[in-house]
Amino acid sequence: MQTIKVLYFASLRELIGTSETSIEATGPVGAAAVWKAVNPSVELPDSSLVAINQSYASLDSMVQPGDEVAFFPPVTGG
Amino acid sequence: MTSLIRVQTDALEPWQEIAKFQTDNFNGHTDFGATATFVGTMRDLNEGDEVFEMTLEHYPAMTEKKLAEIVVEAESKWPLLHTLLMHRVGIIKPADPIVLVAVWSAHRAAAFDACRFLMEALKHQAPFWKKESLVSGQSRWVAKNTSGTS
Repeated sequence: MQTIKVLYFASLRELIGTSETSIEATGPVGAAAVWKAVNPSVELPDSSLVAINQSYASLDSMVQPGDEVAFFPPVTGG
Repeated sequence: MTSLIRVQTDALEPWQEIAKFQTDNFNGHTDFGATATFVGTMRDLNEGDEVFEMTLEHYPAMTEKKLAEIVVEAESKWPLLHTLLMHRVGIIKPADPIVLVAVWSAHRAAAFDACRFLMEALKHQAPFWKKESLVSGQSRWVAKNTSGTS
């Protein structure tokens, strides 16, 4: 069984209380469904961004087993 | 064409880095007529509150990928000779440099435009986040960047 690695950054990391978790996956699953599976009782904040394998994606994007999906707030670097 | 991208926790010394980059990479080249630089520095005031220090967090693997992508994009849009992009992470104090963008080109239009493009692309796309510690003792995440055009 392969896993999907799930990462959180900044305010989302604090909201969830961890920076990383993983779920087992047998096939592709939407990014929104990944969030729901790992955080069933926490709504994803509206402005949140999603990246799959370090590239921006949307909540509708499919995550494959073995992928890395990250959830984070709007970026504020520079 | 040379490009150097670096994210570091150590203090960033932009003017020394520019001089070092030229010494290390130019090898006597005399083809550049324009150098444009941007240095972003931490302010001690944000949203009307005094800021004591800031913690900059990032998503290392994605930062690296995204910064490399925006440099490639700039190089495809303008005839750049060299590009230097550096960003601080970790704990930052007021007046500390946070970001350095420097570009070298034959003429000023490409240098100015590419420097601005790189800075705006970094601000909007690179996965960095700032958390402010206020003089009042509170701390808060910066919710969004200011506009680069007003």
